[in-house]
Amino acid sequence: MERNPIRMQLAIMRQSLFDQGHVDEQFVQLEELQDDANPNFVEEVVTLYYRDSARIILNIEQALERKPFDFGKLDAYMHQFKGSSSSIGAKKVKAESTLFRECCKSGNGEGCMRSFQQLKKEYATLRKKFGAYFQLARQAGPVETASRPK
Amino acid sequence: MNVSSVKGSMSISSSTSTWKAGDTISDQFPAGLRVLVVDDDPTCLMILEKMLIACLYKVTKCNRAETALSKLRENKNGYDIVLSDVHMPDMDGFKLLEHIGLEMDLPVIMMSADDGKQVVMKGVTHGACDYLIKPVRIEALKNIWQHVVRKRKNEWKEFEQSGSVEEGDRQPKQSDDADYSSSANEGNWKGSKKRKDEEEETDERDDTSTLKKPRVVWSVELHQQFVAAVNQLGIDTVPKKILELMNVPGLTRENVASHLQKYRLYLRRLSGVSQHQSNLSTIISAQDPTFGSLSSLSGLDLQTLAATGQLPAQSLARLQAAGLGRATAKSGIPITLVDQRNIFSFENPKLRFGEGQQQHMTNKQQVNLLHGIPTTMEPKQLVSLRHAAQSIGNMNMQVPPHGAQSSQNNPLLMQMGQQQQQQQQSRGQILVDSTINHAPRLSSSMGQPILSNGIATNVSSRNGIPENIRAPGYSQTPSMLNFPMNHASELPGNSFALGSTPGVSILTSKGAFQEDVNSEIKGSGGLMPSYDVFNDLDQHKPQSWELQNVGMAFDTSQHSNSLQGNLDLTQSALGQQGFSSGQMNGHNRSAAVASKAMFSTGDVKELGSAQNVNQHLNNLLVDNTIRVKSERVCDTSPANIFPDHFGQDDLMSALLKQQESVASSENEFDFDGYSMNNIPV
Repeated sequence: MERNPIRMQLAIMRQSLFDQGHVDEQFVQLEELQDDANPNFVEEVVTLYYRDSARIILNIEQALERKPFDFGKLDAYMHQFKGSSSSIGAKKVKAESTLFRECCKSGNGEGCMRSFQQLKKEYATLRKKFGAYFQLARQAGPVETASRPK
Repeated sequence: MNVSSVKGSMSISSSTSTWKAGDTISDQFPAGLRVLVVDDDPTCLMILEKMLIACLYKVTKCNRAETALSKLRENKNGYDIVLSDVHMPDMDGFKLLEHIGLEMDLPVIMMSADDGKQVVMKGVTHGACDYLIKPVRIEALKNIWQHVVRKRKNEWKEFEQSGSVEEGDRQPKQSDDADYSSSANEGNWKGSKKRKDEEEETDERDDTSTLKKPRVVWSVELHQQFVAAVNQLGIDTVPKKILELMNVPGLTRENVASHLQKYRLYLRRLSGVSQHQSNLSTIISAQDPTFGSLSSLSGLDLQTLAATGQLPAQSLARLQAAGLGRATAKSGIPITLVDQRNIFSFENPKLRFGEGQQQHMTNKQQVNLLHGIPTTMEPKQLVSLRHAAQSIGNMNMQVPPHGAQSSQNNPLLMQMGQQQQQQQQSRGQILVDSTINHAPRLSSSMGQPILSNGIATNVSSRNGIPENIRAPGYSQTPSMLNFPMNHASELPGNSFALGSTPGVSILTSKGAFQEDVNSEIKGSGGLMPSYDVFNDLDQHKPQSWELQNVGMAFDTSQHSNSLQGNLDLTQSALGQQGFSSGQMNGHNRSAAVASKAMFSTGDVKELGSAQNVNQHLNNLLVDNTIRVKSERVCDTSPANIFPDHFGQDDLMSALLKQQESVASSENEFDFDGYSMNNIPV
């Protein structure tokens, strides 16, 4: 039970990320990798993800501007994006990537466009949530592994 | 094995050097395991690295395959295991896998977000120790050390086998051990037996020879090198000399020995020795030299075969490229057959299935084809097969990617037909027959599923089906088709006579293909119906029919739309009779055409056209309607053959037939259009 109000808030925020379906079990895997040696591991990974995936998003955007659509390429980009997103546990983003890929496979250009718009939305929303979450996490300080005398 | 002896042997072998500290492996192991992780995605790479460190492994990360390879080359003994992503920009993960297997012989684990069956299967066939689906969990990484131990264990056995077990006296010979542990056929084994005084060694030796070193992937180039060396030294040479002449780093005498054995078996088969299923790979591999002209493609086949049915990604890619790009250079009959299949399948798949699927299927198919083909073929068949293969090779080469295929195929078929006319017919028959007979065997031996998949896939994918069926069927189907065709002569359109001929039965097995196929066939219950369909319906999904008949459980039957494609296939299989109905129209005629060609009973011409693709098919089909030659359509149950032999045998027979028919078809078939000119490529 967190007595620290910041930690409490952090816990609530974290729980809502799960409850709202923004992140999944894989995120827990990341959290478990975090330790004293790497106290900000999760934040570092997520930051890296957003930086790298921005490049893929841009590629997809550019590809969607060229008509007719090169579905093969779009699918390949999205496969890459999906792999990244799933590794950090970004659940909604991953689901949307899957939909996009299905549209690619069936040659549904319209569907691709729509799906991509939705994906970008989820992607941006998650980024904001993560931003707020990590900011608070930094304030909360490292998690104590042993009880400390107050 | 006890630690001390292990150590002894370990010290000798370079691979053992990784064990730390020598003395007891158990204490810290698996901690300290030296892992090389390769992934172009920085996020994944960072996470994996952290996870591996958490498992107490010693991690080296790379984001490019080339970097990884150079690191491995610089320090061959510096790593215990490699983890690699499948999709990388600079090099395909499977290619990297092959390189590592060949050069360093380290265990490799593939990773991907793609969990499709085909991709996973590809990993297996390329020799990956394991396949992890992303996102990777740390629990999955905690046990990767088992692959290292397993591999070491196998290597140790080899050492021991060679007698080095005794307190390390033997050690020096590690490479020599290979000599001893190489295929038992060589007999060197006996020598090593003497060395060890071991009773138990015997078992190990047996195991070892079976286990051997990690499998070497006999790539096209490698096989070509091998063949060149053998040709230079003579077939009776010893593996050691071949190894020296080849001068390939990382290749062991054992690898060469087993490969040589297979090659010899293949040659023997060609010269009339009854074949064994096991010879398949040999044959296929052997085909390379036999065919002579085969170039990279052959190598590919061999590779495939050599890899025990694994279709190296490269080969496959090559085949595809060949087929798609209409490469004419490649010959390798096996490949051709396979290629054809692949080509077809690829084409089809692309049309219908997802890319990934297709490829996988194709690959698999290829593999199967190869397997299937040799086994059933009798010496004569081999010859025909060879011819067929050659033709097929041509065909493959020409197989145009997806749509183009048909046109390409036709020319190929036609070419083949022309070349081999006379022989083909008879051979085709023989081929077919044998394949048919063997077909059942093949399928069982091979791993039918793959074949089926391949075929099925092809079949189902309307587009693909026609092609697929054709391809594999060339060797096999031709026979099958021919048979039915013969009978079918009577039959209108459908004349596949499948019903009558065993082959037909294959077709009739609608169940296999479900989807469109079933619907298409409607009627006759099997091939027969499809014929009708073909003849009568333009759009029937003959394909499905074929699929069904084939018995391939392609549940992939994905695209029924191209019934035509299927139709074509079936038609071809049947002997083209069905094709004429214009079903072929539009659909993958090539497939149908191809199949038809195989039947060559005159259909050859048709087949040729089938290849041309839709256009011809349509015309041809309509015209020919069913020339089913009775002789062609054998009674051998196509069903058997089909599924099994789809690969080379059918193709070959088909090719043979085609050639024949092409040559002589004029009269019989209306096609005359099949001539190469007509084939719309």
